Amino acid sequence: MTADLSPIWLSIETSVTATVITFVLGTAIAVWRANKHGAGPALLDGIFLLPLVLPPTVVGFILLLIFGRNGPLGRLLMHFGATVVFSWPATVIAAAVVSFPLMYLSVRASLEQVDTNLLQAARTLGASEWRVFRRVALPLAWPGILAGAILAFARALGEFGATLMLAGSIPGKTETIPIAIYFAVEANEMRQAIFWSAIDIAISLGMIACMYYWTRLQGSARMRVRRG
Amino acid sequence: MALEVRFTKRLRSFTLAPDFSCDAEPLAILGPSGAGKSMTLRCIAGLERPDEGSIRLNGRTLFDSAAGINVPARQRGVGLLFQNYALFPHLTVMQNVAFGAQRVPRGEREARARKQIAEVHLEGLEHRLPRELSGGEQQRAALARALAIEPQALLLDEPLSALDTYLRSKIEQQLITTLAQFRKPTLYVTHNIEEAYRVSTKLVVLANGKVVANGTRDGVFRDPPNLEVALLTGLKNFSRARPVTASSIEALDWKCVLHCASAQQAKVAFVGIRAHHIGFAFGESKPNGTNVFPCWLVRVSETPFHATLYLHLHEPSKIEGQYHLQAEVTKEQWSLFRDQPQPWLATLPPETLLVLPE
Repeated sequence: MTADLSPIWLSIETSVTATVITFVLGTAIAVWRANKHGAGPALLDGIFLLPLVLPPTVVGFILLLIFGRNGPLGRLLMHFGATVVFSWPATVIAAAVVSFPLMYLSVRASLEQVDTNLLQAARTLGASEWRVFRRVALPLAWPGILAGAILAFARALGEFGATLMLAGSIPGKTETIPIAIYFAVEANEMRQAIFWSAIDIAISLGMIACMYYWTRLQGSARMRVRRG
Repeated sequence: MALEVRFTKRLRSFTLAPDFSCDAEPLAILGPSGAGKSMTLRCIAGLERPDEGSIRLNGRTLFDSAAGINVPARQRGVGLLFQNYALFPHLTVMQNVAFGAQRVPRGEREARARKQIAEVHLEGLEHRLPRELSGGEQQRAALARALAIEPQALLLDEPLSALDTYLRSKIEQQLITTLAQFRKPTLYVTHNIEEAYRVSTKLVVLANGKVVANGTRDGVFRDPPNLEVALLTGLKNFSRARPVTASSIEALDWKCVLHCASAQQAKVAFVGIRAHHIGFAFGESKPNGTNVFPCWLVRVSETPFHATLYLHLHEPSKIEGQYHLQAEVTKEQWSLFRDQPQPWLATLPPETLLVLPE
């Protein structure tokens, strides 16, 4: 059993970064999409949701084609002296791409569930579209957006296939927990695999517990304001 | 000071084409469900866009298709009270009422909201969330929120329909008092005939998107222009009819000739009588007097204070449940003549007959 704990930090760093990216992008695109109708945006939807249904290896392969040495983005980055493939950013890109649809879908669903009467009431009260979003739509959709973030984080934490394709398995650089588990099992180091699995379960449970208490805290804070 | 509304908007099953104006007094808009009442309010508030026409408020154009003007809802200064109140569930009463006061200096906001809350008698509930309020309190909070923006016109969309019946009359009275103080164009949409009558002395009747009657409430109720309006204002009894002489008409469905006192008599297509206008007499062997006919009771439907009698004229009903007239009497009257031998004598007073053209 090695004392190298780098997969833990790598996994957490990767998942947190990927979740932040999907949170911002997913929310922004879902908000933009909420007011758009037609074939164009619907087609975009299909592309956004593709990573959810494709096998992660296919997603990884496509990313490899895009970011590889001969890929369009890969070449562009080469000009600036950067390579993505087999680097830490590659783990983030892979995790972000596969977790994006979960975030996007959750935000869209929770925005659509906000009663349009409330948005219209806000407009008749003189609110600008930004104020309608900031003060009415966002707070009411917030629990769903948060749930989307948890799902996205969990998906990012568990990402394996696309990560392996794009980032490989470089200890201390791109070897996240799921990849460490795979290679531990392959090398017949069962204790190592159990150890990593236990860590993964602990992180996931901890995350869920944090979210749970945070929402509880929000609820009781609101109660205190009201009673006070 | 006036709100002038004249536009068309194509909807799925009909074209909405309201055409009316409203000054500083409340105007009731009466119509059945799906007549386009709510859509009319939403167009005036700027939440929906009419196809053509114009909406003007105190000389200011809110919408004009010809001039390409469509002022956004947030700049119209029109208060809208939603049918389900649409209070922001995550904000307290105070925050709801102060929501529209974003241009008021921060320090003044709370004082103004407090004043508005006091005006609808919600003191002490400032820090409650909407779900912690009763239906009536929610309605008043929504009213305070709409009035807090100091609107130039107020639109109320069935403001009492979400309330329990036993709460209604009290809240209706409070609402009428508040509206009387507003003194700016006010539209009050309802499908309840009696509510419309109590709220306003002026009445617009909307059916299938069109204004079918527009006038004083007494004029519209006493002298509806056609059968449609008569039915919308609560007429229960009508019969096809044709003129016979200068002062009489034949009611074809009721199989009788009626004397009537209307100048419309020559153009009559339908005759109607409101359920509470039918009078009764007993014990005479033969009908005499004007418009008196023997009748038999088919069935009766009772409420705590009233009874509705379903009557068959001239002979007992041969077909189960078939009747000609429904008459409404008080329980006291009903207790007096329920045991009288039939036939009873029904009187249709000539001055109460509604003589309706095609």
